[in-house]
Amino acid sequence: MEHWSTNAKTAATQAGPQPPSIAGRLVSDPKVVVAGGFILFLIVLAVFAPLIAPQDPLEQNLLTATLPPIGFADAQPGFLLGTDGLGRDVLSRVIFGSRVSLTVAFVAAGLACLIGSVLGLLAGYLGAFVDTVISRLVDVWMAFPPVLLSILLIAVIGTGLHSVIIAIVVIDWTRFCRVVRTETMNQAQMDYVTAARAIGFSRPAILFREILPNVVPVLIALLTLEMGIAVVVEAILSFVGLSVSSDTPTWGGMIAEGRQIVHEGWWVLAAPLAALFATVVAFNQLGDGLARSLDPVLRR
Amino acid sequence: MLLAVIVNRAAMALVTLAGVAVIVFVLLRVVPGDPVAMMIGPGATAADIAALKARYGFDAPILTQFWIWSEGIVTGDFGTSITLHRHVTDVLASRLPATLELAVMALIVAVALGGSVAVVGTLLRRTPGEAVIDGLNSIMLAVPDFIWALALVLLFAVALPVLPLTGRIDPALAEGFTTRFYLAESILTDRFAVAGDILSHMIMPALALALPLAAVIVRLLKQSLKEAMLQDYVLLARIKGFGELRLVLQEALRNAIGPTLALTGVQFTFLIGGTVIVERIFAYPGIGNLAIDAIINRDFPLIQGLVLLFGLIFILINIGIDLSVAALNPRLRHA
Repeated sequence: MEHWSTNAKTAATQAGPQPPSIAGRLVSDPKVVVAGGFILFLIVLAVFAPLIAPQDPLEQNLLTATLPPIGFADAQPGFLLGTDGLGRDVLSRVIFGSRVSLTVAFVAAGLACLIGSVLGLLAGYLGAFVDTVISRLVDVWMAFPPVLLSILLIAVIGTGLHSVIIAIVVIDWTRFCRVVRTETMNQAQMDYVTAARAIGFSRPAILFREILPNVVPVLIALLTLEMGIAVVVEAILSFVGLSVSSDTPTWGGMIAEGRQIVHEGWWVLAAPLAALFATVVAFNQLGDGLARSLDPVLRR
Repeated sequence: MLLAVIVNRAAMALVTLAGVAVIVFVLLRVVPGDPVAMMIGPGATAADIAALKARYGFDAPILTQFWIWSEGIVTGDFGTSITLHRHVTDVLASRLPATLELAVMALIVAVALGGSVAVVGTLLRRTPGEAVIDGLNSIMLAVPDFIWALALVLLFAVALPVLPLTGRIDPALAEGFTTRFYLAESILTDRFAVAGDILSHMIMPALALALPLAAVIVRLLKQSLKEAMLQDYVLLARIKGFGELRLVLQEALRNAIGPTLALTGVQFTFLIGGTVIVERIFAYPGIGNLAIDAIINRDFPLIQGLVLLFGLIFILINIGIDLSVAALNPRLRHA
């Protein structure tokens, strides 16, 4: 709340009648630039992994097992971050592992966002009975601790990438629903909605053409934060062996292997853990920065 | 007043738990995977599977199964674990104390750590020191217990090999306990060497669980403290000549702590949830680690018992929060 008012003040004194464009504000926020740049870099790595990775991430070679990263004694050229217990190149596996993480981040967070926002828009705009039903559902849902729900879901639907995505969507749609509902209620009070109604716009038209575009900025920030959460959840489920099968490289799976041989090869744990840490922090800082830059107070 | 709150909350808790029980039971019965077929191995005949199913009662109609199961719950019998071949109640009772000791220790660490950083941050307000604390804290807020736990493993396994990486207690010392609350019992019976060993096992998992909560405490408490420091009563104390530290601790803290207490209670439930993965990483023998094994092995009776136990813990914590908020708020107390 604090930065809203300070932002509004600085904008009023500096920008005069013309507030800076959204793009301008995004580019001038170092948080958004650095974190967003990192995410873009990660997307490029994931998409072009077969071209970028120096080695085949699945190729085992016991002669080159647990080689340390370049710069340490016994390191071998070609294995920049060393090899794991089966002689597989750690760097290549980290690069390929980003594919599962980003897939889950975008698909799971996207679906949770879609379901939560639609229900939130309906509850916030239609109010009355619809709002009561949806809000009660959210309350009951949130009373169920996430850990229990995920334990149950995975036990019921089995392991695999689909299960991970379903579990995240089923648990986290409420985050979007609550925020979008509140924001929609605020927007519905605005003059432009009254004007649209006076002109004779239909209810769906008002909801999707007038209100939705004004809810989107809040939604984008929330979506970004949720992507960070999804990446961690996927890593945790891979770590305990409840995500994709073990022949697909994942950061969580690598972390589990690295945990086992931490005394023989710390880099097998350190490399995927660093990648996970950087990704989670990047999504979080980007979400923070976006929330600030897309501030509704400044939006005109 | 407090009694009314307790009775009301207890009634709601029972209803919630009953709902959880029904949902868990139904969900697990619609699973396609057959737990009996999974446990018996590939060489079994259809007759073997049928015999085993009959033994665990999986051959009865679903309503009969639910009736037998809910009858058991009321009498404290949650059935027999398929993989451990022991009563679920016994398994849970032997594992729960380890998790409770870990969670309480983590809570203490989080409050001590978060509280002191918030006080230091308040003393350093409007200096570069505050900016450093805020910057670090904004990153700490993003880092979950899972990452902290593994970073600690990395640190203590490689750079500083002084702490045990797995378990709860050196097996050679785990003798002569009458309860499963090893830490509390060893301290109460003056066996400090044993307590020290347990603590050395507990430091890493407790810290991993505590750090995310500490970050949340720092943010909220520092904000409240800074607001409180602008109040008239602080100005008055300052005029009386109180030092800055005394102003924060004696004047501001008392008035700023309310919201932080309420939030800490809510966050404590997340901390309990975090024990599942953190116990796994440190091979710590609590109910969280047990839950993952139960899912992997599809041990239905154990999963049902665990979900109900977690549900009960969450409900008890929430009742505790309500009671302490009511007890601390004079307006509610005299209503």
